[in-house]
This record gives sequence, C-alpha cells and structure tokens, in this order.
Amino acid sequence: MANATLAADDREPWTSRLRDAGFWAEWAALVGLVVLVVVFQVLNPTFLSTGNIASMLLAAAILIVLAVGQTFVIATAGIDLSIASTMTLGAVVLGQAYSAPWGLPLSCLLAVVAAALAGMVNGVIIAWGRIADFIVTLGMLSAASGLALILADGKPVTIIDPALLALSTGGLGIFGWSFVIAVVVALVAHAVLFHTRFGTHLLATGGAPESARAMGISTQRVKIAVYTISGTLAGLAAILLVARIGAAEPASNTSFLLNSVAAVVLGGVSLFGGRGTIIGPVIGALLLVALVNGLTLLGVSQFYQPLAVGVVVVLAALLTRFQR
Amino acid sequence: MPPVLELRGIDKSFGPVQVLHDVAFSAHSGEVTALVGDNGAGKSTLVKCVGGIYPIDAGDYLFEGRPVQVNDPRAAAELGIEIVYQDLALCDNLDIVQNMFLGRERKSGLVLDEPTMEEMAERTLAGLSVKTVKSIRQLVSSLSGGQRQTVAIAKAVLWNSKIVVLDEPTAALGVAQTAQVLELVRRLADNGLAVVLISHNMNDVFAISDRIAALYLGRMAAQVKTSDVTHAQVVELITSGRSGELGLNNGSGVAS
Ligand SMILES: Nc1ncnc2c1ncn2[C@@H]1O[C@H](COP(=O)(O)OP(=O)(O)O)[C@@H](O)[C@H]1O
Ligand SMILES: [Mg+2]
Repeated sequence: MANATLAADDREPWTSRLRDAGFWAEWAALVGLVVLVVVFQVLNPTFLSTGNIASMLLAAAILIVLAVGQTFVIATAGIDLSIASTMTLGAVVLGQAYSAPWGLPLSCLLAVVAAALAGMVNGVIIAWGRIADFIVTLGMLSAASGLALILADGKPVTIIDPALLALSTGGLGIFGWSFVIAVVVALVAHAVLFHTRFGTHLLATGGAPESARAMGISTQRVKIAVYTISGTLAGLAAILLVARIGAAEPASNTSFLLNSVAAVVLGGVSLFGGRGTIIGPVIGALLLVALVNGLTLLGVSQFYQPLAVGVVVVLAALLTRFQR
Repeated sequence: MPPVLELRGIDKSFGPVQVLHDVAFSAHSGEVTALVGDNGAGKSTLVKCVGGIYPIDAGDYLFEGRPVQVNDPRAAAELGIEIVYQDLALCDNLDIVQNMFLGRERKSGLVLDEPTMEEMAERTLAGLSVKTVKSIRQLVSSLSGGQRQTVAIAKAVLWNSKIVVLDEPTAALGVAQTAQVLELVRRLADNGLAVVLISHNMNDVFAISDRIAALYLGRMAAQVKTSDVTHAQVVELITSGRSGELGLNNGSGVAS
C-alpha cells in the first residue's frame, strides 16, 4: 500500500454532530450563554440594552483575565487556588505604591511584578518541591491575603486617577477598555497555547507528563511558567479591579476564585489537563456574568446568586463526562 | 565496523533494588538486534538507560566507538538515538504532527511553522507507506494500535536517526498489523539504521533479527548471531540464563 495519502479530514454533516453528546459538552458554555440570554431577554427586555451589555462586558473583563490564567494552570492538570488572593495582593501593592506616591505606571508595574512573583513561588514549590498544587496554592491563598492585609494595614486606599477612570469608563463603543484588554489577553493566550512551542509542551505536560519528559521536555519549567503566567494575569486583573472600584482593598475576593475555576470548567477545559481552549473559558466567564446580571435585573435576591452559579457549574462538570 | 551503540558493564539500581548487573550490549548499522528476556528481566530499564531517561550507575556508553554521556533524553536524540518506548511513546491528547515533532518543533519567528512540520510528517509517513491515517491533524487517541505504532516509528525515523529502539512495538497488535510493523522494522535496518527490537515472540525474532541479545534477571546471558542459534536455545537463555556452552556461568551467582 503505497497510497499513504493523507486526505483532508472528511467532515461528517453538522446535523449528525448535534446528536453527539460530546459536541454539546464541548460547546456547553456557548449553548448555556445563548439560552440564558434568550431567557433573560424574554423576561426583561432591558437585558440586551446597550447600557446593560456594556456593563456586563465591563464586569466580565476581570473574570476573563483570571479565567485565562486559570486555564493555563488547569491545562497542565494543576489548579491555582491563590489566583484571587494574588489579585488582592496586587491591588494592595498598587494602592500602597500609588499613595507613596510613585505614580501610576510604576505602581501598576509593581502590582503585576508582585503578583507574578507570588505565582512563581507557587510554581517553584510545586515543580521542585513536588508538593501537590492544591496544597501549595491553598497556602498561597492564605499567605497572599495575609500579606495584603499587612501591607495595607487592613485599610482600603482610595485611588482617583484619570487614567484608571478612563479604563473603567471609556472604550470603543460598547466595549469598555477593560474588556478590550481582556480580549487582547485572550487572543495572545490563544496564540501562545496553540501556535507556539511552549503551548504544545504545556499541553503535553498536562496530558502525558511522562511522555513529555521522555521527549526531553522539562515539565518542571512548564509548571513554573504556568503559575507565573497565572500570577501575572492576576496582577493585570488587580489593575482592572482597582480601576473598577476606585480603591485598593485588602478584602479577599473568594467569589473570583470560584468563578475563575467555574469559567474554566464551563469552557470545557479538562481538569485532568492536556485539553482545552481559551475561547471556552472566555465564554464561560461571560455566561457567569450574564447569569448574575440577569438574576439581578429580575430582582432575584443576591443570596440566590452563589446557588445559581454552583448549580450551573456542577451541571457543566457533569456534561464534561461526555467529552470526547 | 564498530557497533554504533555499545554498552559495557552497565549497572542500574532503583533504591536498594539492582535491576541491571554488568550488562553489555551492542547494536550494528543495517542490522536488527532483538533484545529478549522474560517479563521483569530489565529490557525496558536498559532501553530507558539508552534513551537517557534513567542515568546509569556504572558502565561505559559508547556511540560510534566514542564514549559519551547520555544524561537526558535530549542528549540521546542529539546523537541520533530514537526510542519508541513501551509505555511513553506518544501523547494521546496531541495530534500526529504535534507528537512527531514534540520537543523539536519547527518555528518561524515566534510561532510554530505548521506547514513545514505537516509536510515533513506527511512525507515521512508516506515514505513508510504502511497504514493510512485520516488526517495528520488527528488526535493520537483516535488511532488504532497499528496506526499508533506507525506514527511512533515515523516519529523515530523523522530525524535521520542512526539507531531506532522499539520496546515491544507489536505487543498490543493483531496478526496483520504485527506483520506490517515487522516489515517496517526490517526495512529500517535495510536502509542502514541500527534497529533494536524488543519482542516476546520467537517467530518474529527469528523472522527479522540478525542478532539476539538475551537478558536474564538483569544480566546479559548472551548476545549471538540469530543464524547461530535455535528457537529452543533462545528460550533456554530467556528462562534459565544459559543453554549448553552459551549463557551465564554456573558460578556467576545469579540468585533466583
Ligand atoms: N522506576 C522503577 N522503580 C523501581 N523498580 C523498577 C522501575 N522500573 C522497573 N523496575 C523494576 O525493574 C525490573 C525490570 O523491569 P523492566 O525493565 O520493566 O522489565 P522488562 O521490560 O524486561 O519486562 C522489574 O522488577 C521492575 O519492577
Ligand atoms: Mg518492558
């Protein structure tokens, strides 16, 4: 048989894919988002008003940035439980540096560096210390929020800066600058994951670490890199957070941690590592924001929101059992 | 001509357990050397030492007659040693092209040079002309056992390697697929490569090998020309470490 011609994949008709549970699992977030949008729009026509869309996108920006960082970690079969506290630490560093006063650019830089360092510490301990990522990042969750409290002496710092104000109020049409930044982050992350050597090594590390090592890939370096990326993005998210609330608060933001993991799960990224997309978690983040926003518009008590998020995430996790 | 690969006096322990004792082994260009031995004899461990996954505790590692240090998989690959591991051959979650270039991806600027990699992968697979795959961008997890071995072998020959080591490539295959893989293995040797084949099947070993090396409880019982021995002798070497004049001396202290 010399006909080893490698025909382009003959695609089955799309209708047959609709009957495949794997298809739904892969696109759970998109389907969920569309369903939610339709339902909320029917129940409350202001849901899809320009103003509400703009505010949802703005609210989604921070979560998108965090979810992208979390995706990198989860794609290596790890998890970063410290992502939200690292963001808090970054915000506090920004606040302290800004009131020092060292100016906004340097303050933002320091915030990102501090958060990146926290991530790198996670990565180094996980990779070289061979300790479970769950434990290490749980430790960092506590350490980073503690450090934030110490640095800030427990007090929030109000930051009124025209540039930060523009970040949260200006934009391109309905796309606020924060959202634009989040989209750029997602695009870069997609390119890194699927079009670079590092991205391939990352997926190999997540899916088959022993085989990756047999091919000479340093899975430890990959691990350190992904936690550093996660920390860096938490630092970027810290800037968006400070811009959004106009203050640097040492208060912890546990819902951001939960939602970042939730967005990744909704986005069809395997918690066992090695497979996933960037667009999936981005849609997952939009879905979570739409859910909370829609419930608020409908006047549902805030107390119900965590419950709704929890139900949606567990449903999504159940769906992933049908993933191919 | 000196052997391409020659090992002398290799020792390897995992903690208190010594798995390889004073092992000698060689592989020659244009030949298939069969490495045989019972389960647990240390074949895979020896292969992993050759591939730089396990550092050797003692012994000489000679490549083309020169002593070399192979302390990690990259060092082995740089010498031209390609290994298809029994358990670590491919990453299921990556596609064929990604697997074939894993750790040695082609880049153009910052990003991967997909067209070049696809072309090289296609050319190599076509050159092996064994099994058709639907698409080279197919995930490895969707391939059959025979297709996986073909991809693993294609990955090994893509790099103009000098030695290809295959650890039980036919263990999980049916009759027809086994025949195809063996034919492919023979062809690699006929093209001038040194091939090391690990197999439990005596018929396969006698069908395609030029030499046979038999490991017994972590010791090299004998390395002989295939034409100089019979099935029965090889089976004896595998099961008891000796066969008549061949094999380990009685006094060599092989504990059972
Ligand atoms: N990483 C390891 N740690 C400890 N013992 C090992 C390891 N790898 C192999 N062994 C032991 O070494 C012996 C030889 O194993 P192996 O080389 O896989 O044999 P074979 O491939 O010939 O069946 C076995 O007893 C096995 O349990
Ligand atoms: Mg073995």
